[in-house]
Amino acid sequence: MTSSDTPTPAAGTCDVIVIGGGHNGLTAATVLAKAGRSVLLLEAAETLGGATRPYTFHSGFRSPGLAHLLNRLDPEVEKALGLDLTRDAALTPTTVLAPGRPAVTLRGAYGETVKGVTPEEARAFAALRRKLMFQASVLGRFLRKAPPRLDGAHLSDLLTAGGAGLKMLSHGREEARDLLRMLLTNVADVADEFLTDDRLKALLACDATLGFRLGPRSPTSLIGLYYRLTGEIGGKRGGQIPASRVAQAFEAAAHTAGVTIRTGARVAAILTERGAVTGVRLADGTTLAATSVVSALHPRTTFLDLVSPAECDTGLVRALTHYRTDGVTARIDIALDRAPVFPGAPADAATGRIVVARSLGQVEEAFNAVKYGRASEEPALEITVPTLADPDLAPAGRHTLSILAQYAPYRPREGWGTEGPAFVSRVLSLLENVSPGIGATIIAAELLTPDAMEERFDLPGGHWHHGEMQPDQLLVNRPIHALSGYRTPIDGLTLAAAGSHPGGGISGLPGLLAARTLMAGSRP
Amino acid sequence: MTLTMRLRAQAHIETPRLETPFHPRLAALDRVNDWYNWAGYKAPHALDDTELEYFAIRSTASLFDLSPMVKYRIEGKDAERYLNRLTLRDVSRQKTGTVQYTAWCDDAGHVLDDGTLFRLAPDVFRLCCQDRHLPWLLDSAIGFDVDIREETEEIAGLALQGPTAFATLKAAGLGNVASLRPFQITTLPAPFGDVTISRTGFTADLGYELFVPSEHALALWDLIHAAGQAYGLRAIGYDALNRARIEAGFIVAGADFIGADIALRPGRERMPDEIGLDWLVDPAKPHFNGRRAILHARRTGALKHVLVGLEIEGNVPAEGAIVYHGRSREAGVVTAAIWSPTAKRNIALASLTRPFGTEITNDLWVEIYALRELSYQKMMKRAVIVPRPFVSLPRRTANPPGLF
Ligand SMILES: Cc1cc2nc3c(=O)[nH]c(=O)nc-3n(C[C@H](O)[C@H](O)[C@H](O)COP(=O)(O)OP(=O)(O)OC[C@H]3O[C@@H](n4cnc5c(N)ncnc54)[C@H](O)[C@@H]3O)c2cc1C
Repeated sequence: MTSSDTPTPAAGTCDVIVIGGGHNGLTAATVLAKAGRSVLLLEAAETLGGATRPYTFHSGFRSPGLAHLLNRLDPEVEKALGLDLTRDAALTPTTVLAPGRPAVTLRGAYGETVKGVTPEEARAFAALRRKLMFQASVLGRFLRKAPPRLDGAHLSDLLTAGGAGLKMLSHGREEARDLLRMLLTNVADVADEFLTDDRLKALLACDATLGFRLGPRSPTSLIGLYYRLTGEIGGKRGGQIPASRVAQAFEAAAHTAGVTIRTGARVAAILTERGAVTGVRLADGTTLAATSVVSALHPRTTFLDLVSPAECDTGLVRALTHYRTDGVTARIDIALDRAPVFPGAPADAATGRIVVARSLGQVEEAFNAVKYGRASEEPALEITVPTLADPDLAPAGRHTLSILAQYAPYRPREGWGTEGPAFVSRVLSLLENVSPGIGATIIAAELLTPDAMEERFDLPGGHWHHGEMQPDQLLVNRPIHALSGYRTPIDGLTLAAAGSHPGGGISGLPGLLAARTLMAGSRP
Repeated sequence: MTLTMRLRAQAHIETPRLETPFHPRLAALDRVNDWYNWAGYKAPHALDDTELEYFAIRSTASLFDLSPMVKYRIEGKDAERYLNRLTLRDVSRQKTGTVQYTAWCDDAGHVLDDGTLFRLAPDVFRLCCQDRHLPWLLDSAIGFDVDIREETEEIAGLALQGPTAFATLKAAGLGNVASLRPFQITTLPAPFGDVTISRTGFTADLGYELFVPSEHALALWDLIHAAGQAYGLRAIGYDALNRARIEAGFIVAGADFIGADIALRPGRERMPDEIGLDWLVDPAKPHFNGRRAILHARRTGALKHVLVGLEIEGNVPAEGAIVYHGRSREAGVVTAAIWSPTAKRNIALASLTRPFGTEITNDLWVEIYALRELSYQKMMKRAVIVPRPFVSLPRRTANPPGLF
């Protein structure tokens, strides 16, 4: 990893090298190629997609990718890439199952209608939903463009902030006050303020914290829910559809745009000289020259592994070593010999997602464990049945079922070797509670812990947003201040993955905004 | 924990100021009992009369205890590369057995400290400075194969400065320093063990700095002190040294600039170019901390301050005075000032706000408030920017060194 390797010009030199073929890398590469740049994309794995990459977990059974749902794929990204993942898609329901209690089902975009609760509770939920949707629409204005810059106000930043302010005020001072009151609070207080039904509260608790190292009572945990609700599908804020064939769609777009793609091409170093990019070196030793490199990887991989520390300032390295990126969500892929049944749930519940959680308190207690390096005694579960969207994932008549289980520490004190089997059996017995008899139909179950995801998907910490999304790691501080806004202190090096604004999830926005920033020219 | 264990663990609070390895000798010579706190150590402002101590530096020889100076040992395969990234100058061009004056910055290009870097062996360095920086040095080591250790307590140091410094060393049996040129280091045997000697100093005079393991400190003192008796050697405190360093035009952290990690108020940090250290910045060498910010500031004209040497009419030192342009517009502040006995001029270092000191250099004034028996005397004195050092003595660099 020295800066003195002199890269040989790449065979058929390109304008830009994009590192990382996750959906953000593919987005950036496609946008750049469509704008006429010649783009070479380098992906370490044999297949593209990153966290959306399909994988086989048991002979004949495949997972469509780590992600369950599309709920924030940005319309501008779809348009820019010519995707049609969300067009005509019917939004799928969310069902909360708590053993011994009737199912609660949310339909439409995040519960336009709610079944299974009292009429008063449904009205209370509608009021809360309206408020959160409004607030998310104000906050969402900041997500579709590069983060504001602090080194001199830019007109567009002022317009965004001004626009958000006007929108808030146009809904009355009370709404503005409420947003400021709620913005940095925790989801538990908000749920308690508006709702009485434990199952709905548990759902909000899960949705606000899934993928974050926060419990529902942790300060700022409401941000996770806001973030979710800033996403839209088919023009519907809060809508969701299965994440099916996502990687394939992004890959096809990149091909069509003329991106040159090399898989199995792990980048071992980003070469720089006196503060400017000169190229990359692959794990096999070949070097490729480039004056523009887009790194669509975790920021820590980019700056602590690939760029030589000798080429960065100490403060930047120091800040990145403190960047919080320990994942807390495990995934369990299950092969079933028949379709799962969830008694009491609507017939189409499994086409959407099923959340298994009893109460807010349960989710909070589940979080306590992770603070002390243990996996939750009673984790909260989000379940999908991917074969309902894509039957090709399993042999005919068979099914796959996927569980995201929270909380599972990145590295439990006892080690996953010890904790893993017990954790899986706890998850399976929770599953058995809501789907009695399912245990007998299980052909195989594979646990993917955060550290296993790190290893298999090159995902540091196994964190699904490439780093926590609390205020100190958002906007002008995402991932850290010195690296915010895609540009980096290294000339010609641009960041473009989930660790950059606006953050994780399948949105394509970091990739799109990074490509636009790059095309807008270099830093003054 | 038992109470006795607790009390034992708190023993350090009984010695709020450490004593240096030379303390017994300093205390024995001390007549004025005027101590100050230097990086946690008890150090003398003066041992006797400051005038006499100053003139020992310029006329005979002076012995100054510099043990409290913070010292880090930096060694390992990547030591050179590490220091090249840490500091402003090109360490790859520093030869083994030499000392280089240098400085280091944070990401924003603000100076954290200045100091001297000793290259003791190809992979072994000693960094000497005013403030403590271990967390920064350790964080800077992420990704480097290098070992960093503070050795302030283990290494005792003496500065022997003045025209008869070489004669004193010769009399002490260390005459082999004769071949040492400025900024070179050598190790010579003494009766008690090896002494590492560099031809460096803070006085702009002929002089040396001597380092030994702390357990040999008193033996070193006795050797030099005895040998110096025939050459007018006098132990001195900081006040005398401070006069010599102002004449030399050297800056001091905490006085002429505030380390970026210590400054509390925004805008008090300084870039190298703002404290006269622009000559240390080497844009042609590989990347170093603050490079981007410094070059950016140079390119965009974002530098706000400049350090200048001033000659001020009259003979009243202008310490802490405000500098004006056209007698009315504030242009900066004096950071150090003395009447220089050697230059026979009233001199000062000042931090000016650009364009004063860069584009606008004429019509500068300082306002001196002199407290004269319950009443301030306010003087507006003309100041002229003059080159530093204020005093430059051929004997500082003469080879071989003069045997006065
Ligand atoms: C378990 C889990 C569940 C999730 N569920 C959802 C969900 O339901 N809905 C949702 O919207 N989001 C979900 N997410 C989040 C979402 O999947 C990610 O935030 C998103 O996919 C990140 O995309 P990316 O392109 O930024 O990075 P990644 O997808 O991580 O892509 C990075 C790519 O870089 C490659 N790479 C790494 N190192 C190198 C190297 N040295 N050289 C070359 N290539 C390299 C990797 O192989 C990978 O392909 C989930 C994440 C996880 C982990």
